[in-house]
Amino acid sequence: MFEKPLGMRDTLPNLYETKQHVRSALETEMKRWGYQFIATPALEYYETVGTASAILDQQLFKLLDQEGHTLVLRPDMTAPIARVAASKLLNENLPIRLAYSANLFRAQQREGGRPAEFEQVGVECIGDGTVSADGEMIALAVSVLKESGLKDFQLSIGHSGFVKELFVQILGNEERAQELTKFLYEKNYVGYREHVKSLPLSSIDSQRLLAFLNLRGGMEVIGKSLDLIENEKGKEAILELQELWNIISDYDVANYIKFDLTLVSHMSYYTGILFEVYAGNVGFPIGNGGRYDGLLEKFGRSTGATGFAIRLDRLIEALGEIDETAPVECILFSPERRKEACGLAKERRIAGNQVVLQDISGVKDLDACTKKYSDVTFLVGKAGKEPVK
Amino acid sequence: MTVKEPLTIAMPKGRIFEEAAELLRKAGYQLPPEFDDSRKLIIDVPEENFRFILSKPMDVATYVEHGVADLGIAGKDVLLEEERDVYELLDLKISACYLAVAGLPGTKMNDVAPKIATKYPNVAAAFFREQGEQVEIIKLNGSIELAPLIGLSDRIVDIVSTGQTLKENGLVEYETITTITSRLIVNPVSYRMKDERITGIVASLSEVI
Repeated sequence: MFEKPLGMRDTLPNLYETKQHVRSALETEMKRWGYQFIATPALEYYETVGTASAILDQQLFKLLDQEGHTLVLRPDMTAPIARVAASKLLNENLPIRLAYSANLFRAQQREGGRPAEFEQVGVECIGDGTVSADGEMIALAVSVLKESGLKDFQLSIGHSGFVKELFVQILGNEERAQELTKFLYEKNYVGYREHVKSLPLSSIDSQRLLAFLNLRGGMEVIGKSLDLIENEKGKEAILELQELWNIISDYDVANYIKFDLTLVSHMSYYTGILFEVYAGNVGFPIGNGGRYDGLLEKFGRSTGATGFAIRLDRLIEALGEIDETAPVECILFSPERRKEACGLAKERRIAGNQVVLQDISGVKDLDACTKKYSDVTFLVGKAGKEPVK
Repeated sequence: MTVKEPLTIAMPKGRIFEEAAELLRKAGYQLPPEFDDSRKLIIDVPEENFRFILSKPMDVATYVEHGVADLGIAGKDVLLEEERDVYELLDLKISACYLAVAGLPGTKMNDVAPKIATKYPNVAAAFFREQGEQVEIIKLNGSIELAPLIGLSDRIVDIVSTGQTLKENGLVEYETITTITSRLIVNPVSYRMKDERITGIVASLSEVI
């Protein structure tokens, strides 16, 4: 056995076919919504794309080029697309809608068998700051998942602007707000409550922070959130969610949606509406997305953007067994009937069949060989005989 | 969405199990009497539509992170050591104990690279790093108290509940790292997909803690 680097996997024929099938379902639907596919290099500079990415530094694969610059294997596609958009595409009319399917690389911290390279299919909508764009992301995410054949799934929607406004308003400054947000990010609600209780707050304020943890559910969350927030910016965030609800209702996808304002996918990356996608039988989110208005600024252009990505491996896990391998047939020939065999193979290939043309003297175990194919035709011996099946 | 599917709860075998089962009963859940001394690894409780998985305490968070268990009851020591991506929803305030540094009485740690034996290599490494100490961590899976007695390590990092085990082996505590209780943990996907049932359990448990 020759070893592969930790977390790297081979894709064998069955899985390859399944992947291609699912990927193509997602891609086709994205194209129907007017998204154009692009590709970017697997290697990027650490200083630009590496540091702008939302992925933790210790998860980056780094290497050096011949001049000694640090390179990274791209850990996500959002930062490379922001780089492209800022350098070239932004001269075009905004907004622009781009899509990708690409392999990403993230070094795993524990349990080395987890994939360190995996494929994401996603979209970015750049230069559209409206809630309609956010709604489009959610509607498109639902639509591509339905196209892939997935039935049991749900999107949870949060708003990082709301969390920030609420925390800053109650705690007084951004540093303290960050400290509390970290507990949410680490999913440590016990720590969150203990921290809130340890702060010198009025009982009303500390009650508000504790009640925040319950802002999860359907439409009713909007009203509850408005009761908690006092400042204008925070209210605006909630009104955005209200509008979002109307938009996704117009798209007729509201039954896939729940609000969860405690959702914090990243400490600082997202700036507005964000969401995660869950499937019933997979323990990890199968996709996520949101608004990241700060990213393009890192590449010298100031414009808003939103997007989402689906992890292909997890989606396939959620879809369960798919037997996508098309039947492959075989024509076994001996040299005297080669011409005939070539003709027959060509004919069948034109008809759309998958045909292996195999010299019978190259086969060691005839039984094993015939078992491997859906159909076997023998063109052996003297010419002129009918092909034997 | 999938209402009929049972909710899977990973329970730690041993010390914490009984207290956790008692707490669930106190919260109003009907667990069969044979529940406590069953040797089965999977126990279905159709009355409550629960399925319990009995596992090593250290593995509870792993099952929950991977989503094969929706909920779990795990010691804070496990959560600190394993750093699994799970929601820590409730402090159940059961099985209280603490993590401590212990060793033979009246000894000093080796100046260069004192050896620390522990079942919690990550917690121990983080603790001594914060103290600015350069240490060598030796991972053991049990009978940690043995290490200083036979000269394997200068100190141990282990959980202490009554201090009896340390005492019987002639060891003394030097420092407390942190207090430990059991927590209710939840898989992030289950927390969203099965939110109503889970919120219900959290509410009924909160009342009896």
